[in-house]
Amino acid sequence: MRWKTVELTGWGRVLSGKAELARPEKPAALSGIFADTPAPAIGAQRSYGDAAVNSDGRAVDMTRLDRFISFDGDTGILHAEAGCSITDMLDTFAPKGWMPAVMPGTGFATLGGCIANDVHGKNHHKVGTFGQHVLEIELAGADGNPTTVTPEGDPALFKATIGGLGQTGAILSAKIRMIPCSSRLIQVDERRAANLAEFMEMLKASDATYCVGWIDGTANGQSLGRGILEEAELTSSNMAPKLRKPRKVPFNAPKFALSPPTVRLFNRMYFNRIPKQGRGVLRSLKDFFFPLDKIHDWNKLYGKRGFHQFQCVLPDKIAERTLRDMLRLIADAGLASPLAVLKRTGPGRAGSLSFPMEGFTLALDFPNSEKSRALVAQLNTLAAEAGGRIYFAKDSLATAAQARQMYPELAEWQKTVEAADPDGVFQTDLVRRLKLRTPA
Amino acid sequence: MSQTWIILGAGSAMGRAFARKVATEGAHLVLAARDQDDLDRTAADCLARGAASAASVLFDVRKPESFAPIYDAAKANDGIINAAVFVGSMAPQGDVDADPNTGDLTIQDSFTGPVNFLHGLAPIMEERKGGTVLGIGSVAGDRGRIGNYTYGAAKAGFHTYLSGLRNRLNRSGGHVVTVKPGFVDTAMTWGIEGMFLVASPEEIAKDLWTAHEKRKNTLYTPFFWRYIMAIIKSIPEPIFKKLSV
Repeated sequence: MRWKTVELTGWGRVLSGKAELARPEKPAALSGIFADTPAPAIGAQRSYGDAAVNSDGRAVDMTRLDRFISFDGDTGILHAEAGCSITDMLDTFAPKGWMPAVMPGTGFATLGGCIANDVHGKNHHKVGTFGQHVLEIELAGADGNPTTVTPEGDPALFKATIGGLGQTGAILSAKIRMIPCSSRLIQVDERRAANLAEFMEMLKASDATYCVGWIDGTANGQSLGRGILEEAELTSSNMAPKLRKPRKVPFNAPKFALSPPTVRLFNRMYFNRIPKQGRGVLRSLKDFFFPLDKIHDWNKLYGKRGFHQFQCVLPDKIAERTLRDMLRLIADAGLASPLAVLKRTGPGRAGSLSFPMEGFTLALDFPNSEKSRALVAQLNTLAAEAGGRIYFAKDSLATAAQARQMYPELAEWQKTVEAADPDGVFQTDLVRRLKLRTPA
Repeated sequence: MSQTWIILGAGSAMGRAFARKVATEGAHLVLAARDQDDLDRTAADCLARGAASAASVLFDVRKPESFAPIYDAAKANDGIINAAVFVGSMAPQGDVDADPNTGDLTIQDSFTGPVNFLHGLAPIMEERKGGTVLGIGSVAGDRGRIGNYTYGAAKAGFHTYLSGLRNRLNRSGGHVVTVKPGFVDTAMTWGIEGMFLVASPEEIAKDLWTAHEKRKNTLYTPFFWRYIMAIIKSIPEPIFKKLSV
């Protein structure tokens, strides 16, 4: 197998590193690669920070192992290779009445990546994380030999693999249970929330299957934390969705594109576009679940300097106070981009290092600068103090101490990982930066 | 009418991508390649994507005795039989220079093997009165270049055969597309220096399907290779012989 020298880059385009990359097209080729050099497996490289970066090392790109191995139309159980994308699953199986139970914000994410980050979707409060719908994982250890890991057979390894950032080995394939999908359209109801208190009340009161809030990170004072609540239900309509051709961001955008005045103006228009009494619209599943996938390479909108995404989850009790503090810091700094999400999360999580907890999650993008790095560091501190967590799939600025404080099951996870990968061959930049494999 | 597609070289990235495209069109598939486990997996994938059926048949272009089971598997389905031929190998010219036997294998894999296969298939297609052959040649076959002229010569021979076969099958309602891909992002080109304008196997697969539907005679894919090759072909030989393009 040939290794290609590439620059591995997080989706936020701030963290990157030179690495040698192999890209097997057959499972047998992967065994050959691991016999030569076992290396961390990476997928669509949609993690924002350095989860899929291995500077001055090697990595294995799994995206060409992307076949459906079996599908049971009665139970909705799908066995697929790790490189399958969520969009591919949705496109192929929605017409047959099934869809992945959990879909992250981008359909480009791979099955392996969804497991390794135990991703969540707009229905987390109802169905939990992606890993909770995984029945079986085929895992290649450092010796390249595949083993089948199930929650019954090896609960510790299963729990360490889900959300385990690839540290137990390369995920080759997995069996997941999908959920029925009655239509390819979704009914979305949008309502304004005037401020944070009202927004949180609305999120708490919502019983919708899918529920997500857009938050205006530039609003301050009386309007602090204002936004739009989106509640959605699958319809039984059999109308074919209107599909628009994706567009591409052809080059790095200039700095003014996301300057504070532009963002303030955009956000005001975006907020006011929803009538006071709210409105209902019918959208295609893809438009609703992956709104940004329509703009290929949208990360270039932040220009060459890249951006940071801050995403935290905060426990219910303290969420409102901490969110208020965070939003004030954000609004005062005037650095936020329009991409900002506030969402309710349930208790569901499947791995030792899974992100969610019962409460609220806030996610915001900030163009990379010294000021924004300082701001995100402050936000990380607030999240840690509140007993919350930051999301490894998004993080580029947290500290090793914070990771320890936020993930109490880290020691337990380390034990299983050390047994699975004693030589540390699956370590990535993220793991080294946050010292996730260094015993406390 | 029911359609069957033989995918010769279904283990390659391009072969797999085209098999998937055909699967979404609901056709029957006969997948042929050297790795049985991998073929079975691609067959399952194609079924999930909508193929009417997907048979996997072990095939080695260097073993003519492996051809008949493929014909039989295709004949088991009613209707029109089509074939897409993705087999071929490209040994570095340096290896060929060092060992002439290497050149023979390149010629067998890329030219005489596929030709023999298609020659056995032609009467079956004629009997069924129709069908398309997508023959994957190469832009390398358009002109002999210092870097890969043995491979280029094999592909040029294949192009000429396809041209003749097109004439023959046309008489029974069949059709042949001579496909000349440029650089494609596959295991064959992965990590090789000097690749540019590299197309994904999915883009090529889409182009192949369109060429089949529109009954194109020659397809350069992506399209701009037609112009690149027009320039390369127009360079006068006295100059060309001194170049290392």
